[in-house]
Amino acid sequence: MLDIATAYNKYGFLGNDFVTWLWFLIETDQNITRMIAYKDPVTLEIGNSLVLENTLGDKSKEKITIKGDRAGLEEGTTALKKGAKVTEINLVCKLGQEEEYTFTIKGESFNITGLKTPAAGKDGSADEMEGMVLEKALLLFRITQVIDTLFLQYLEQRISNDWKDNGLQQMRKWIHND
Amino acid sequence: MGFLSATLSMSRYHIQNRFENEPMEQVRNGLIKNAIPKLESEYEEISAGWTPFESPYLPDFEKFSFVFGTYFLFSLRIDKKSIPAKLVQKQMAIEIEKKKEKSGRDLVSKNEISEIKEMVMDVLMHKMPSIPNVYDVLWDYEAADLFLLTTQKAANEFFETIFVKSFTLKPIRIFPYTLVETKSAFSDPQKDRIMTLTPLHHSR
Repeated sequence: MLDIATAYNKYGFLGNDFVTWLWFLIETDQNITRMIAYKDPVTLEIGNSLVLENTLGDKSKEKITIKGDRAGLEEGTTALKKGAKVTEINLVCKLGQEEEYTFTIKGESFNITGLKTPAAGKDGSADEMEGMVLEKALLLFRITQVIDTLFLQYLEQRISNDWKDNGLQQMRKWIHND
Repeated sequence: MGFLSATLSMSRYHIQNRFENEPMEQVRNGLIKNAIPKLESEYEEISAGWTPFESPYLPDFEKFSFVFGTYFLFSLRIDKKSIPAKLVQKQMAIEIEKKKEKSGRDLVSKNEISEIKEMVMDVLMHKMPSIPNVYDVLWDYEAADLFLLTTQKAANEFFETIFVKSFTLKPIRIFPYTLVETKSAFSDPQKDRIMTLTPLHHSR
C-alpha cells in the first residue's frame, strides 16, 4: 500500500470523478437498485448543494458553488463543459420506501457532513439507550455501505474494456446535451 | 450526544490488524489508560483522551459501558485553552506600562517585551479554563470499521495518535485509494489498472 498522504493526493481525483458520475446517474435516471444489487429500491436525488472546481491554466482554481433547495444546475453543467469536476455533492438517498438519508459527500476525502438519517427510536430511558445506539449504528453502516458499493461499481466500470466507448461517451453526451 | 444527534458529520477508518486475544479487555484497558484526566491541568494548553459516550465530562469507564451490542462506542475529548488575542493585547499594554513606571524609562526593549509576553501568557494560561470538545467514536471491531464523528483535521490527527497509543492498532483513514485497498474484492491486476487511471476530461 502506498504512503497514505501520497495516495490521498494522487488519487483524490477518483473521488471527484465518482461524485461527478453520481450526478450523471441521477440526471439520466439510471437504475441504481439494479446497479448495486440492493435488496430494496434505492433512489438518489441531488440535494441542496453542489460544488465544482476547475483548475485554470495558471494552476489557480475556480470554484463554483450552487446552493438552494430547487437551484437550477445549468451553471454546473456549463462548468463541466469547461472541464470542472464536482468536488462535493449534497444527496438525498432513499432506501426502500421509508428510509431517507441526506448528506454531503466530499469526493477527495469521502468525508460525510450534514448527515441526517431516519430517526432512531427515542424514549429517553436508560434501557432504550442501547437500542437507540444499535439502530443508529445500523443506519450509518447501511448508508456508507451503499456509498462504498456505488464507488466500487464506478471503478469497475472505469476499468472495463468498454468504458471509453460506452460509459465515458454517455457521460459526455449528457454533459454536452447531444 | 453527537452520535444520536439528528445531523452529524463523520470521517471513516479501517482498523488494520487485530488483537491477539480478548479484544474487549484490550479495548477497556486502552480506554482506561488513556482516558482524559478527571482534573484539568492548569498549565497544559491542550489535553486529550477517551471518555465514556454517556458521560463525556466524568470519564469513568468502570461506571459507564463502552460496549453496545457488537459495537464499541466511546468518545474522544479534546480540552483546549484558548486565550483571546485581545485579552493578551490588553494585559501586555498594562504590564508594559508597569515596566516603564518601574524603570523610569520611556521605552521597553524587545527582550523585555518578549519576557513580558511570556509572563502574561503563563498567567492567562493558568487562569483560563479549558474548552472541551467531544467527538464520538463508533467501532465495529469484527468488521474493522470505525466512524469518528467529526471531519476536523486537528481532531482526526489527535484521534489517530491516541488510538495507536491506546490500542497499538493502526487506523487507516478511508478515502478513495484506501477504500479500494481495504474494502474491495478487486484482483491485483484490477487494482493495478485502477492505479493507472487518470482524471476524466469532459470538455471537447
